[in-house]
Amino acid sequence: MVLFAAVLIYAASDLPYRGDPDNLMHAEQSITDTRVMGSYFIQNAYRDARTPNMVTVVLGDYRSIDTFGEQIVIYTAGLIALLVLRKTKRRRVV
Amino acid sequence: MNKPFQTPIVLLGARLLSPYIMLFGWYVIIHGHYSPGGGFQGGALLAASILLIRVAGGRRVAQLQIKEFATTPLAVVGVSIYFAAGLVAVAMGGYFLDYGMLPIPGMDPAWLRYTGILIIEVGIGLAVMAILVMIYDNMVRGEDYG
Repeated sequence: MVLFAAVLIYAASDLPYRGDPDNLMHAEQSITDTRVMGSYFIQNAYRDARTPNMVTVVLGDYRSIDTFGEQIVIYTAGLIALLVLRKTKRRRVV
Repeated sequence: MNKPFQTPIVLLGARLLSPYIMLFGWYVIIHGHYSPGGGFQGGALLAASILLIRVAGGRRVAQLQIKEFATTPLAVVGVSIYFAAGLVAVAMGGYFLDYGMLPIPGMDPAWLRYTGILIIEVGIGLAVMAILVMIYDNMVRGEDYG
């Protein structure tokens, strides 16, 4: 346990600083010379959807099929809870 | 469980608190464009306000607010709002869930996307609220109180 915590703390000491604009994930080109999606979202979220909250734009517009899947998951979970918990008349065997 | 008992104080407190929680739930859904929030969180708050009345008042009082048989259709309506928003965009010649193609006149595509996000958030909120209330109703149906 302590060893695992020590490994995690050692790994965390190597993380980049938060909010540093020179980080790899904030660069416009990734190391394989393709465009990074995050910078596109940050630059164009307000222009595309007139919504200041970037998270809402990513969840509701760019990744809306993913959100639709989440809703289907909740709906299916509710239906299964309905099937399991519903009080039915127990038929006596024989 | 012990014998059921009615306390007017608990019911009065729940009646006082419930509308404000519901109002805050709608605020979280609709204001999700500008602040943290959205359909899932707002739907959980709406369900909290309804479940508060159900816990405090028992089954008979709860039937006055949202009836038990109405929760499953509400969930279907919530999912259908989302799906219909996608299908209408397909019917108007866009991609699935491409809100820029929704047929609302007098809006440019950016504002249409704004409206589309609002529509699907309301759908998500309705579905989450109905599912949570439905699970509670089916759990307490076997109990004899209220």
